[in-house]
Amino acid sequence: MTRNKPWLAPLLSALFFALFVGVWYLATSTTAAPVAGPAVDPEYAALLGAEAATGGQSAMPGPGEVAAKIWEHVTDPFYDRGTNDKGLGIQIGYSIARVLAGYLLAALVAIPLGFLIGMSPLVYKALDPFIQILKPISPLAWMPLALYTIKDSGISAIFVIFICSLWPMLVNTAFGVASVRREWLNVARTLEVKPIRRAFLVILPAAAPTILTGMRISIGIAWLVIVAAEMLVGGTGIGYFVWNEWNNLSITNIITAILLIGLVGMLLDHLLAWVARAISWRE
Amino acid sequence: MTQPFLKIEGLKRQFPQAGQPDPDPVFEDVHFGIERGQFVCVLGHSGCGKTTILNILAGLDEATAGHVIMDGREVRGPSLDRGVVFQSHALMPWLSALKNVEFAVRSRHPEWTREQARAHAVKYLEMVHLGHAIDKKPAELSGGMKQRVGIARAFSIEPKMLLLDEPFGALDALTRGSIQSELIGIVEATKQTVFMITHDVDEAILLADRIVLMTNGPRAKIAEIVVNPMPRPRDRETLHQQPEFYPLRNHLVDFLVKRSRAFAPGADWDPKNPPLVYPGAPARAAA
Ligand SMILES: Nc1ncnc2c1ncn2[C@@H]1O[C@H](COP(=O)(O)OP(=O)(O)OP(=O)(O)O)[C@@H](O)[C@H]1O
Ligand SMILES: [Mg+2]
Repeated sequence: MTRNKPWLAPLLSALFFALFVGVWYLATSTTAAPVAGPAVDPEYAALLGAEAATGGQSAMPGPGEVAAKIWEHVTDPFYDRGTNDKGLGIQIGYSIARVLAGYLLAALVAIPLGFLIGMSPLVYKALDPFIQILKPISPLAWMPLALYTIKDSGISAIFVIFICSLWPMLVNTAFGVASVRREWLNVARTLEVKPIRRAFLVILPAAAPTILTGMRISIGIAWLVIVAAEMLVGGTGIGYFVWNEWNNLSITNIITAILLIGLVGMLLDHLLAWVARAISWRE
Repeated sequence: MTQPFLKIEGLKRQFPQAGQPDPDPVFEDVHFGIERGQFVCVLGHSGCGKTTILNILAGLDEATAGHVIMDGREVRGPSLDRGVVFQSHALMPWLSALKNVEFAVRSRHPEWTREQARAHAVKYLEMVHLGHAIDKKPAELSGGMKQRVGIARAFSIEPKMLLLDEPFGALDALTRGSIQSELIGIVEATKQTVFMITHDVDEAILLADRIVLMTNGPRAKIAEIVVNPMPRPRDRETLHQQPEFYPLRNHLVDFLVKRSRAFAPGADWDPKNPPLVYPGAPARAAA
């Protein structure tokens, strides 16, 4: 069915989107009351009106308002009017930079270390208890310790990203390296391949798909954590923006930011999925 | 007495087993030799330890007792002197056929340029008639083609000796036949010394000069070494018309069906010198 009608799924997606926006519109429009008909309880109508009046800005915005807000941000993403009023582009830029810094640092540590652990059952056994205990700790639990020792909120946020990206990459690299097929290692042995060449030309490509899976999990977690981390440390970033707009009671800005967080998270994931496809192999 | 090119002396292999300080060895007291340029097949039932012997010859496994001497030197660990074709082709799936062979060539000749290594690899892939498929990944090759890449890889390092572990075990009869012919052609041209494991009696007759018969494990032994009286190169089309064919074949089948299970060595059986047997050619044996 779907094979000879490739437009069916996108059409359905568009339909769902329209439905969602429609329901959203009806649910938030203040003129929704008459829709219910004249039979509506006047007391209820009064209540509703009163609520709309007192709610003011904090009332749920409709799709139109949010669309207008998004357009506003799209046309001017990089304005800077002081600490608490920066464009969404700048804020998301800070978040992406922090995530990439923490994530790349973690990769730099996790992949070589994972290699070592995967190659040596002894090192694996020795480090396993530490990994077991450290892995389940919520990255945010490290925050006070980081703030206390590093004394810089920006670097502390990067550290939290580092910690949360570390484990999936470490564990997957170790697992991927440890489970490289014996026969490929035997081929390398019979060809008297030197350790460095074996590591880069046999073990790394063999383990690459598993390592990439870990990297993909890590970037997902890092992107989840950065929002929370920035809410805690404040100053800049999309997480701080959301928190700040909550204080400003600007729901439209919050919804816009939420959409942007989802969009960037999706792009990061697709980027890694693309790399994973490029290095994957089929038997 | 001159020493053979490859000499196996008193080989024994035990695998550690939980709760058993002295487990039954897979095989013990294995002695035999291979001359330069000889093609030797090992025939035996599944599990008798053929792959284990091959792994020890390759240097990938260590014997519990005994040793292997090749060309006057004891085998300790793997070496480029011995090319291995693995039971399961063992190609690296992320490399194309050409790159798989090139990997071996570059290991053999690190001083060569990329072009030299490539040309050498192409030459060996053409030798197994894969010149048209050099850029394909193993996943895009058929089982027989993969096995041929494995053979090209082993030959490309021009080893002193080839070790083949049931290289055609997973192939259909037709493909098997054509790759066997290719192998005969290459071995005749290169005068390669070959040690090959097989389950297939006809394959052993077609390829081998000597057929080593192993009894069933545990404690497998070499019952005898059968000499193939038919001259090389042998042709699969005309092989069965030769007078020695059926006596030889019957002898091997009889061993596999009956004697391998209940091998009762006679008084004059000496593991250090397993008897040479010449089925179907009493005249040649006497000569
Ligand atoms: N790593 C190992 N640990 C324990 N036992 C082993 C190991 N490798 C092989 N064996 C045992 O040694 C015996 C011989 O195994 P081997 O693989 O050499 O048999 P084979 O003759 O090659 O059989 P096949 O024809 O089925 O390939 C088997 O009983 C097997 O269980
Ligand atoms: Mg085997």
